[in-house]
Amino acid sequence: MSTRAHHLSVQFPVPVDSRFPALAGDARGKSASVSAGSVQAVSPETPKVGLSRICLSYPTQSGERLLALDDINLQVHTGEFLCIVGPSGCGKSTLLHLIAGLHRQTSGQILVDGKPVQGPGTDRIMIFQEHALFPWLTVGRNVEFGMKMKGVPKAERAEKTLHYLRLVHLQKFKDSYIHQLSGGMRQRVAIARALATEPDVLLMDEPFGALDAQTRDLLHDELERIWSETGRTIIFVTHNVREAVRLGDRVVLLTFRPGRVKSEFPVELPRPRHLENPDVARAAREILDELREEINHSLDVEYNEGVKPRIKVGVEGALRV
Amino acid sequence: MKRAARYIIFYAALFGLWTLLAELKIWPPYLFPTPWGVGEALYAGFQDHSYWIAIRVSMERVLIGYAISVVLGMFLGLGVASNKFLEDTMGGLLVSLQSLPSICWWPLALLWFGLNQNAILFVVVMGSLLSVTLAMEDGRKQMPKIFGQAGRNLGAKGFKLFWYVLLPASLPFIVSGLKQGWAFAWRSLITAEMLYLSLGLGQVLMMGRDLNDMSAVIAVMILIIAIGYVVDGIVFKGMERRLQNKWGLTPAT
Repeated sequence: MSTRAHHLSVQFPVPVDSRFPALAGDARGKSASVSAGSVQAVSPETPKVGLSRICLSYPTQSGERLLALDDINLQVHTGEFLCIVGPSGCGKSTLLHLIAGLHRQTSGQILVDGKPVQGPGTDRIMIFQEHALFPWLTVGRNVEFGMKMKGVPKAERAEKTLHYLRLVHLQKFKDSYIHQLSGGMRQRVAIARALATEPDVLLMDEPFGALDAQTRDLLHDELERIWSETGRTIIFVTHNVREAVRLGDRVVLLTFRPGRVKSEFPVELPRPRHLENPDVARAAREILDELREEINHSLDVEYNEGVKPRIKVGVEGALRV
Repeated sequence: MKRAARYIIFYAALFGLWTLLAELKIWPPYLFPTPWGVGEALYAGFQDHSYWIAIRVSMERVLIGYAISVVLGMFLGLGVASNKFLEDTMGGLLVSLQSLPSICWWPLALLWFGLNQNAILFVVVMGSLLSVTLAMEDGRKQMPKIFGQAGRNLGAKGFKLFWYVLLPASLPFIVSGLKQGWAFAWRSLITAEMLYLSLGLGQVLMMGRDLNDMSAVIAVMILIIAIGYVVDGIVFKGMERRLQNKWGLTPAT
């Protein structure tokens, strides 16, 4: 797994300077990237999602501006499963919100199919950490919701609702209310609801973070199956490196405050992978070694004085911190 | 079963005490009527249709007035909750206005609308609008933000977002305010009807006073309480129960 960024040169024609962020030994990495326009022009295939020079800052209570995301450049191609990892607070969820169009970046451009993102759209559906299903609607009506907003005819809606509930094996629970389901079932409904609007891109924001290990394993399998059956592009945010390696075609590591792309790791292990697979663990270890620096940096900021907890080299448990 | 027994014992005791006091004739019967007298007054009132008419007229008024309050309050409350300027200015005004009894609007209402039904409706609206508005504002603020985000993400915007997402999402937080608004509307109506003699339960009540018929006065008071109780128990309790079932909230004890 020392291949790291090299594969990118084949798949993604990124300007040379930004191609080897990790090798350059420079945390900023992307500082010299050329304008977005030239990237688009050179590319033989338009990426599904293209982020160029994304910056986001917001005012804090003390009046200063906090730079949350700094010069993010990222290309996601159609059908790719991209995982974004980083310490909590690095802005990885915020990045998803930007792609979803729920917030606006301070500068830079987000292109989906070459068109700039102007606001929320049903071509990019988000799956939130806490499922965000509507408790006043039944499971079926939740799944149907996006289609109803789009104005899909009733008969077609009913048919598709059933189809997507079957895909997540929940057709029996069509008329249940959300509170009657377990955590894992809720997340499956959320996946069905997202898929039912037939989005090109699924944005998943630590969707399995609140689940127990067994349920998470099952949902990894299901998500991988659904991904291969439907061919969607998935951008998956997590703080669990092993989960990222288990699922992703590529893992992107973000730095802590401001969030920048620190390095990218193509994962070329055969699928289906298993969380406990030694190859997965080894790949995760490599990413974790880099992530550790960022976590320690984030700890420095959070415990700015007094005792500073440290994450030690090679502690697997730290994966789930 | 136990609960029913408690109710029966309590009300039987109350009834017994009333009968006892009336039968002892400490006060003359025209000041302190017997339960039978009140029962007869109720029977007579329904028999000659005057109570039916009064109930119908009062219910009509309160429903119209309350409906206006709910619609206006919804927009006002949402406006105040989603706009910082409105919140700072109007929010404070609304809270201070709440200390004003709604009947204080009566003189103004008379001047603006004349001595007619609209004046009564105005008082009813002013009575309940504030609690509905404040409830809406509160509900909108307490509602978890993630529902709005999820709704927008799934393609809901503008009125659809409000109607299909924001409103149902905030309903558990506004239902108690809606209930309070109803109680205020009902009280304001009866007060206004007592001042303005034109059908309605309030007028029947005042008529009892004018005729020195205390049995009739108490009979109408019982009617007013009963209607308030029934609406609260059937409409609002039912709504709360449905919400609790859907959302999986444990009922408040």
